Amino acid sequence: MKYAILIYEPESDFELRQSPPDSAYWAAWMAYSADMNAVTTGGAPLELPQTATTVRLRDGKRLVQDGPYAETREQLGGFFVIDVPDLDAALDWAAKCPAANAGAIEVRPLMAMMGQ
Amino acid sequence: MTLPDARAAAEHAARASHGRLVGLLSARTRDIAAAEDALADAFARALESWPNDGVPANPDAWLLTVARRSHGHQARRQGVAAAAQPALLLLADERAEAGAPATDPRLELMFVCAHPAIDAVARTPMMLTVVQGLTAERVAAAYLEAPATMGQRLVRAKARVKATDIPFQLPNRSDWPDRLGAVLEAVYAIASLAEGEGDGLLDEAVHLGRLLADALPREPEVRGLMALLLFLKGRRAAGRDLDGLYVPLDRQEPSRWDTVAIDAGERELAAAATLGRPGRYQLEAAIHSAHCWRRTGGATPWVAILSLHDRLALLAPTIGSEIARACALGEVHGPAAALERLAGLDAPAGCLPLLAAQAHWLDRAGRPVAARTAWREAVLAAHDPVIRRWLSEPGRAGAGAG
Repeated sequence: MKYAILIYEPESDFELRQSPPDSAYWAAWMAYSADMNAVTTGGAPLELPQTATTVRLRDGKRLVQDGPYAETREQLGGFFVIDVPDLDAALDWAAKCPAANAGAIEVRPLMAMMGQ
Repeated sequence: MTLPDARAAAEHAARASHGRLVGLLSARTRDIAAAEDALADAFARALESWPNDGVPANPDAWLLTVARRSHGHQARRQGVAAAAQPALLLLADERAEAGAPATDPRLELMFVCAHPAIDAVARTPMMLTVVQGLTAERVAAAYLEAPATMGQRLVRAKARVKATDIPFQLPNRSDWPDRLGAVLEAVYAIASLAEGEGDGLLDEAVHLGRLLADALPREPEVRGLMALLLFLKGRRAAGRDLDGLYVPLDRQEPSRWDTVAIDAGERELAAAATLGRPGRYQLEAAIHSAHCWRRTGGATPWVAILSLHDRLALLAPTIGSEIARACALGEVHGPAAALERLAGLDAPAGCLPLLAAQAHWLDRAGRPVAARTAWREAVLAAHDPVIRRWLSEPGRAGAGAG
């Protein structure tokens, strides 16, 4: 079954992205994505939340707002799509995510589409 | 075979096999709700066919075959990929037809119901309905909730098992602290619901406890709960006199206790103790064990019971155990101490054990007028007619010498 691992990070974690490439911060992320490589079928890190632009269509009119969809303490920082046997396996991967320490990892099954 | 006989046979199979059959049916599809629907259909078919054709030699296998046919049909209609795995299907069929499967699927089902991804308040009710086959109405009544609210909660929980693909297997050892507690709590809840009922719920709890203890013999709280259940079973018959009237623990005739069950409880408790990790269920079982000392002719060891209650209060304070602790305090230090402790407890209005304990200790303190008032309040709070009758007797709420 495929699950999205949605990674919500606090401001402090986003700031750590400034760390040098050989820092513990980046080493942890590289190790995590390498470990998970065999079950990963997609995903990407995202730019900082302040680079987000949110669009709504109301009465046919386009409303464009700068910033992310929700003002929350933690913001979506990236996601993986993994293919594992069951929820427990997905939760194990979520628990290993470096951002699980300061942020929160949401695990959601991908919706099964007709014919899949 | 008459219709009532066939109905009785189907109902017996429904109660005895519900969890096992749901477990077998839903292990592949993870669709508990559909498995229950298919099983309900199979029970309905049994009621039609058994009166004419007779009850089959193996009612479970009959029900499973019929239910699997309609469950597979439903699953295919919904396009569930798992149903299109013929090899697995065959394997599961063969396993079921061979009679007893390798492990009882109820064990896995219990851990599914107790998964941390399920809303905590839904876990025990789900186990009671899915594993134990109780109706949502019955569970709602036990939880003092509206049947519709309970029904919705159960529907949501079952939908979640399917949508998130919660595995039907025993969890890894590292996950036990998370998961085992909810399983034990649910088995304990089944035993609590069994109180004052003669419909075999306590035997079911003992059976589930045995499944757990066989699977996880090195978990002291599993053995502790098993001991607790065996003590309850051992004293069950003595809780009613020959006329069916309620008999409180301290008036029970030890000769009416089931010594086989109590001895088995002692052995479980001893096995738990050697594992060196005390816990709530072990302490409760130890309190029961102490109450059983009377069977060897000795007096009830209240000092020991009080000290066990003190430790239990540190680990798992519940209103029920706090009331029992106050009573133990009264036995050791006198009625005034018990009444003071009871007055300080924060219980919901109409809490029967609290009202009855207060009445008892007012009596023991030599305050019959206040006691009579308290007994009457207790009568109003009692739902069980047998308990109500006991509370209403002369000397308690009823008129007469006291």
